[in-house]
Amino acid sequence: MSILVDRNTRVVVHGITGREGEFHTRQMLAYGTKVVAGVTPGKGGTRVEGVPVFETAAQARKATGANASIIFVPAAFAADSALEAIEAGMNPVVVITEGIPVQDMLAVVAAARRRGTRLIGPNCPGLISPGEALVGILPGAIFRPGPVGLVSRSGTLTYEVVHELSRAGLGQSTCVGVGGDPIIGSRFVDILHLFEQDPATRAVVLIGEIGGTDEEEAAAFIRDHGTKPVVSFISGRTAPPGKRMGHAGAIISGKMGTAQSKVEALRDAGVPVADSIQEIVGLVAERLSSPARARS
Amino acid sequence: MRLTEAQSKAIFRDGGLPVPDGRVASSPDEVRQIAGELGGRVAVKVQIPIGGRGKAGGIRIAATPDDAARAASELIGARIRGYEVRQVLVERAAAVQREYYLSVTVDRSRQAAVAIFSTAGGMDIEEVAEKTPHLVAKEWADPLLGLRDFQVRRLFEEGGAPAEARKELARFARILYELFRRHDAQLVEINPLAQLEDGTLVALDGKVEIDDNALFRHPDLAAMREVEGDHPLERAAREQHLAYVKLDGNVGIIGNGAGLVMATLDMVQREGGRPANFLDIGGGARADVVERALRIVLSDPDVKSVLINVFGGITRGDEVARGMLQALGQLERRSVPIVVRLAGTRAEEGRALLVQAGRGIETAPTFQQAARRVVELAAGA
Repeated sequence: MSILVDRNTRVVVHGITGREGEFHTRQMLAYGTKVVAGVTPGKGGTRVEGVPVFETAAQARKATGANASIIFVPAAFAADSALEAIEAGMNPVVVITEGIPVQDMLAVVAAARRRGTRLIGPNCPGLISPGEALVGILPGAIFRPGPVGLVSRSGTLTYEVVHELSRAGLGQSTCVGVGGDPIIGSRFVDILHLFEQDPATRAVVLIGEIGGTDEEEAAAFIRDHGTKPVVSFISGRTAPPGKRMGHAGAIISGKMGTAQSKVEALRDAGVPVADSIQEIVGLVAERLSSPARARS
Repeated sequence: MRLTEAQSKAIFRDGGLPVPDGRVASSPDEVRQIAGELGGRVAVKVQIPIGGRGKAGGIRIAATPDDAARAASELIGARIRGYEVRQVLVERAAAVQREYYLSVTVDRSRQAAVAIFSTAGGMDIEEVAEKTPHLVAKEWADPLLGLRDFQVRRLFEEGGAPAEARKELARFARILYELFRRHDAQLVEINPLAQLEDGTLVALDGKVEIDDNALFRHPDLAAMREVEGDHPLERAAREQHLAYVKLDGNVGIIGNGAGLVMATLDMVQREGGRPANFLDIGGGARADVVERALRIVLSDPDVKSVLINVFGGITRGDEVARGMLQALGQLERRSVPIVVRLAGTRAEEGRALLVQAGRGIETAPTFQQAARRVVELAAGA
């Protein structure tokens, strides 16, 4: 079992003829993902890695039965592609592109919500359900099937943590990179909700960072509705206020968004916050071996 | 990108919002002349992209042109909160009766633009919201429908605006939202929005923040960046599309992905070191990007050792190694030790390239070990 995608998911790659689109189409196919179509306006009728390319998402859907989208389109055009995917009925829609203007994303997120589309990203590594499907740019080889769900604002930290989890024999149900932008389609709370409903997920790792209040909102959700153990890690604990640390969303402004506030909110909700990535593995293992003790 | 007050007010004026008469000057003589033309009392205000200038001593009221010139001679060339003052705005001082707060910004939690109004103008809105939340009214614009008139009416009704000012305030709010949209802003703020003794409203101060990611469709705004007093290395990095922040330590840090770089800073600090910078090469960086990143970090004289921490997904380890070798090949002598930790996509190929090159670059298997080693090297250098 998994959340969001599985072996039956049929993926269309928007921007499949670009450098990244092509490279990661190859990677996803190698992982076993059913990449059934690509979309690049002006390149319809061609093929990439044997995958047929269409002019529009609607055509791709009609011809191939594609039901999920992944978007590698450059930032200036990515919001338009996401809206096209939403309108064509794709679900989920995963936006890898970074650098999309915030106001474009406000419209895309609103459109997705109206249509009931699960939007992941933008500026995210996508998601993987190990052994089932990879819809993203994550390095498939480090993941193992298992009971740990993972949700993160950072792609590379996801890889770090998964690398350690897998080495310790702790496989993953689904790993979702929600993205590092201030406006993203799915937030921690949305993904935690899905993990709650997924019988295959027995523990969750939540990787947050400075900026915004998504971690605090996740803590409130866990406190009020959580039944599964959650372990957390927050990056940017030493980041200075007022400086944007790479991610558009990672900035401490005024009293908002400090690592300390997030760590406290999570600990108050009964979520242990690891001081290092290595520590996460021990905390997860502990909770998996005695889940009853984790929440009383 | 944060615009200065003068730049923000130019945008207001073009949009049809009244601002005080005034001009920008970069010398005391210019200031004297402008003050003389304006007549009466003037405000002399430093033009740097930060808030709280008044508290930092960056705003002076002058009674005569000579007073204004004297204030300018003290302000121009001074450093305020790390920014060098190159320009001041000279404005006719207004006879203010009341001060309001009005802004449009992005609400991350609600995922919508929000218009904010308060009768407690002139103060830090975060403080007002914390201490007296009933004095802050908000209306969220539907991203697909915009900020509607009924919402604007409700904003000033709930916010307790005086009846006689509401019509003009509504005009301000509609223009502000329009400017927010048209310029891809993240914040458009008037604080204080002053009601003068004759009852007219004027934007006494203005703050506009533009979404960096949208600058590609606003070349006119992108050109305004020049006056920002960034650190020269930050500016050089931005020109090369690298996310770089100068910090005050001595360990240079390069990585891929903001989360990993932040975690690397945290780890270096845990190991007793002090990061000299944050540099994220981003996703899918090719060799030339890595080369430029390493050159920027090595050109910082504070840097005593460098940690390159890459976990490849979309980024490939061989490209990282190639970029490093390109950068080092072009530097006359390399006296700064480098520790590399590569994992993920094509990491083995990358490590092999570094070993083959035989340039004494150290590799470390985990990022904790890499952090420990780079801190040792910084201390020993």
